[in-house]
Amino acid sequence: MLRRLAGALLLLWLVLTLTFALIRLAPGDPATFLVPPSATPADAARLRAELGLDDAIVVQYARWAMRLLHGDLGESFSLHQPVARALADALPVSIGLGAASLALTFLIGVPIGMLQAVRRGGALDTSLTVATTLAYAAPSFWLALALVAVFTYGAASWGLPPPLRLPAFGLRAPGLELHGIAALGDLVRHAILPVTILTVVGAAGIARYARSSIADVLGQDFVRSAWAKGAHPPRVYFRHVLATVLPSLVVLFALSLPGLVAGSIFVEAVFAWPGMGRLMVGAIIARDYPLVMGAAAVYAAIVLLANLAGDLALPLVDPRRRE
Amino acid sequence: MSSSRDARIVALSTGLLVALAAAVVLIPMLSRQDPIAIGDVLALRLLPPFSRDSTGAFHLLGTDRFGRDLFVRMMLAGRISLAVGIVGSLFAGAVGTTVGAVSAWLGGFVDRLAMAISDALLALPRLVLLLVCAALWRPGLLTVVLVLVLTGWMGVARLVRAELLGIKSRPFVDAATALGASSSRVLWRHALPNSLGPAIVATTLGVGNAILLESGLSFLGLGIQPPRPSWGNMIAGGRDLIVVAPWVAVAPGIALIATVLACTLLGDAMRDRLAGETAGTLRERA
Repeated sequence: MLRRLAGALLLLWLVLTLTFALIRLAPGDPATFLVPPSATPADAARLRAELGLDDAIVVQYARWAMRLLHGDLGESFSLHQPVARALADALPVSIGLGAASLALTFLIGVPIGMLQAVRRGGALDTSLTVATTLAYAAPSFWLALALVAVFTYGAASWGLPPPLRLPAFGLRAPGLELHGIAALGDLVRHAILPVTILTVVGAAGIARYARSSIADVLGQDFVRSAWAKGAHPPRVYFRHVLATVLPSLVVLFALSLPGLVAGSIFVEAVFAWPGMGRLMVGAIIARDYPLVMGAAAVYAAIVLLANLAGDLALPLVDPRRRE
Repeated sequence: MSSSRDARIVALSTGLLVALAAAVVLIPMLSRQDPIAIGDVLALRLLPPFSRDSTGAFHLLGTDRFGRDLFVRMMLAGRISLAVGIVGSLFAGAVGTTVGAVSAWLGGFVDRLAMAISDALLALPRLVLLLVCAALWRPGLLTVVLVLVLTGWMGVARLVRAELLGIKSRPFVDAATALGASSSRVLWRHALPNSLGPAIVATTLGVGNAILLESGLSFLGLGIQPPRPSWGNMIAGGRDLIVVAPWVAVAPGIALIATVLACTLLGDAMRDRLAGETAGTLRERA
């Protein structure tokens, strides 16, 4: 286990070094983005020196690495606050969005796949296959626009009562001071559309996978034996079939995180959610090197942690993996 | 799924892609409408689908906010989306195949280095990596293709390497070596052609994926830049018109979904024929 952890840390370091190299290889001078329009070239040069951008790339790398080892992610160029603080503000928003969607994705996707596998070849299976394949091909940003058109603008123009009109922007209603239950309700209303989009796209992929892997298991001898000895359907499906595919679903759980991240970047862009995706896109456009590096570090750490967690959880659900 | 149904799906999606390819090449060429130039904006803008403008020109899908014909624009955008998707994933597949082959064949330090780099790149979600590369370099067609290749080779490299490692110890490889073939000849002529199945499947599935990523980048304003149309930046252009002129964003979205769908179905069918299911296909989507 320690070896795995050390391997993950080494990989994280490699990711950050590669990102560092990628960013610094790119043309474009951050100082020109940061100085006010009235600034002279001399001002830009002074700023560049101040930020240490004139030093040799190796020196910059060493300085950045030393700071990181001390837990210092540096100061954001564009936000004028520590990178760690900007990340700490944005991360909970994205984690909340991601966790809710990931949970719903599996809670909805696996049963759909199972239903399809059990009713394989029937009308229900066919229509669900069409639906999941369509949803899997749809870009999340387009779905987001479509849902906003229907549930925000459409609902308003059809004269639906306000509770049925879903907000399309931000985390909370502007200009309202809400507390307690009312504030929570407001947050949930704002979250419905973003979470729905990520769930639909994610669940479609999971259902496709679950359908094919469960269908494989249903044809195996031990399932026939279970039927033959008179086990009830729930027992066969959950105790025998689901338990068999659970390990691959656990692996899939870890593997689906990058896709979720991608979806959430678009969803945050459309719904103006102040999360990691928006922070990252803004940082890239502003050539905010420290913030880009910080955000990349967080994303890589999330993916590596998910893989580690998957490895740890695997023996729990798969007795064959226990030593 | 029955094989006759499989065959029908393959025929249908191939037909759709061929028809689309023909349409995107021919329609902008034959149409008298200019999809990029901006004319009489006030008279022509935001005409609904199936309408005729004051000059008598017919607009199948209506016009956008600058009065340009949406159908012709969408076809021109389709050229870019299809080309970027196909070229991007083909080159990614080629780079991945080369890296995987060299890595498996040489082993040792080269292998460890190549796999470490591919692991590191896989640890970042592909979109994050794409954003970093795409935005830091000058946005545009070449950048998008380059970035798709740069971020898309790892999956194929792993697949080819794994296949080759299995094939390396097969008798026909020993036989070729015993007959006096050089190591590189054994690799390129004997071992590699036998290990390309999964790589071909991954590359096919990668086309739809690359088209989605390109449109996503363009939607965020970091990909293909207007006035050159791409399905992604057309959707972005229709974003604030979603109430008054929904067709502006809906039409390119449907084109995008249909194309990606056809690519996915084709890739799925090939996978069923050539290789087993890999959990990696889901990851590739990121």
